[in-house]
Amino acid sequence: MMVIRRFEEEAARNYAKGKIGGFLHLYIGQEAIAVAAAEVLEDRDYIFQTYRDHGIALARGMAANVAMAELFGKDTGCSRGFGGSMHLFDVERGFLGGWAIVGGHLALAAGTAFKSKYAGEDRVTICFFGEGSTNIGGFHEAMSLAGLWKLPVVFVCENNQYAMGTPLERTSPLKDLSIKAKGYGMPGDRFEGHDVAVVQERLAKAVDRARSGGGPTFVEIQTYRFRGHSMSDPAKYRSRTELEQRKQQDPIVVVREKLMGLGIDENSLDDIDIEVDEEIDAAVRFADESAPALEDVMMSTVLAREDGA
Amino acid sequence: MREIRYREALREAMFEEMERDESVFLMGEEVGHYQGAYKVSEGLLEKYGERRVIDTPIAEAGFAGVGIGAAMVGLRPIIEFMTWNFSFVAFDQIISNAAKVHQMSAGKIQVPIVFRGPNGAAKQVASQHSHSVAPFYTHIPGLHVIQPSTPRDAKGLLKSAIRSNNPVIFLEGETLYGVKGEVPDEGVDELIPIGESRLARAGADCTIVTWGRPYYTVLAAAEKLAAEGIECEVIDPRTLRPLDTELMVQSVKKTNRCVVVHEHWPYGGPGAEIVDRLQREAFDHLDAPLERVTGLDVSMPYASNLEDKVLPTEERVIDAVKRVSYAK
Repeated sequence: MMVIRRFEEEAARNYAKGKIGGFLHLYIGQEAIAVAAAEVLEDRDYIFQTYRDHGIALARGMAANVAMAELFGKDTGCSRGFGGSMHLFDVERGFLGGWAIVGGHLALAAGTAFKSKYAGEDRVTICFFGEGSTNIGGFHEAMSLAGLWKLPVVFVCENNQYAMGTPLERTSPLKDLSIKAKGYGMPGDRFEGHDVAVVQERLAKAVDRARSGGGPTFVEIQTYRFRGHSMSDPAKYRSRTELEQRKQQDPIVVVREKLMGLGIDENSLDDIDIEVDEEIDAAVRFADESAPALEDVMMSTVLAREDGA
Repeated sequence: MREIRYREALREAMFEEMERDESVFLMGEEVGHYQGAYKVSEGLLEKYGERRVIDTPIAEAGFAGVGIGAAMVGLRPIIEFMTWNFSFVAFDQIISNAAKVHQMSAGKIQVPIVFRGPNGAAKQVASQHSHSVAPFYTHIPGLHVIQPSTPRDAKGLLKSAIRSNNPVIFLEGETLYGVKGEVPDEGVDELIPIGESRLARAGADCTIVTWGRPYYTVLAAAEKLAAEGIECEVIDPRTLRPLDTELMVQSVKKTNRCVVVHEHWPYGGPGAEIVDRLQREAFDHLDAPLERVTGLDVSMPYASNLEDKVLPTEERVIDAVKRVSYAK
């Protein structure tokens, strides 16, 4: 979680410096969800995420320097500078992308789950999206097909309360989004996302269900992002008081207190922080010093080679 | 060689490729139990079962996306749109996902998928069901776009499309399903390469480039023109992206004039692309302006008399050829 937090803070800093361009959506405040999911999943499983994708990529094991280099648009980035912040990919680790059209990737997740079923493979797909996605047609069609065909996929709605700047009560007639699951013939679950252990335990149930042939689950995790929607959003649509209240449940503070309660020495936690600082500083240096994206790679990746090479 | 219908040629291509490769499956509305809205997939369910011939709910964006996801991890889906008109609700899946992920992932992810179905006007199905969609999809880097005119090309190109490692837009002629033509005998595994034009008729006086339904209009017009002493050379690009202009350029260097005939609207699209390339690649050889005969720039009317006017006619083709030939 600290790797994600520090990565995001450095990304913001480097965005301000002009080292990172385009859109930058930070995961700060939601870290417990990605970390818990990575714990629950097996190496062979598939993961899809929206454009707010740094957290899950890092949790899944992508090196911070490779992720940071992608944000910097460098050839050493995970997508060699062709994806940027919103399109991280780590195919070897089953992380099949950051996708930037709201609701557009849910059907893809149903598709990889379809492959698991078609080929009789023991692979679960987990698909993350925001509560804003639950209003668009892509959500409905993907949920319909996954429910109909009992596909091994877990749909995880990270309800961070705001679809860009619009709060849930102005985008949905429902307060409890998990009841939508019923309409697609699948079980739903709903819980808060600030305690990594709780998230892990509850996600494990949905993943186990998918793995054991029980079909898809729709999970709503209530969370909160401490930053704006993207770097260009000062988040004036919410009050300082609300933000401060939410920060009382900062997942990193929660886990730290919990660990100390279990008798873990504070100094050893501080040591982790120092180690992470060094890792992220090194990632920024690596990204900064890396060669830029290459024109010949651009021309050779428009289409896949037909000879399979 | 034997003669079979365009519909049967497509069906044979799917049978043969499903037989050859377990990762190929067919998914779409009414493709299985109903035997296909246009009976292209007739018999596939009986042979391959519900695991590989999959009926879907009416959810184009959903099942197009499922196909793309499945292709990303190694399957080779054939996604049938009941008609290409319905692909518009799945446009985002095709454009933002299928066409983009290969480059977006720096070449790590491939999407070997075929989207196929009937395209273009049928008969009096009016505005929303008469789209000739090639201009939308040929615009996109990352896609192949194929529009076969004959049964032989339909079969050989569909087989190549299924084996391609890239997303393929495969535009069948809604009015061509019953057209008969020669295809190689059973057991001959003919693959027609994606991106190769074909000489359909030789002639020294005027080049005509055409594909899809107007292909037959053009061949009929060419016979009438021949009776008047104008021999047309007809070239069918077959694949609209990537576009092979080599044959066309060679032909224009010989005939010094060219008419491009297509069903899609005149604004942009492969018709305009061909004209642009020919004027650059054969400029010094042209004796007349390049002309186009296109679908008229209107939404398709229901009324039969008007529909006939909107689609390219023999008369319009003959007039255009005579204009560029300075003949009366």
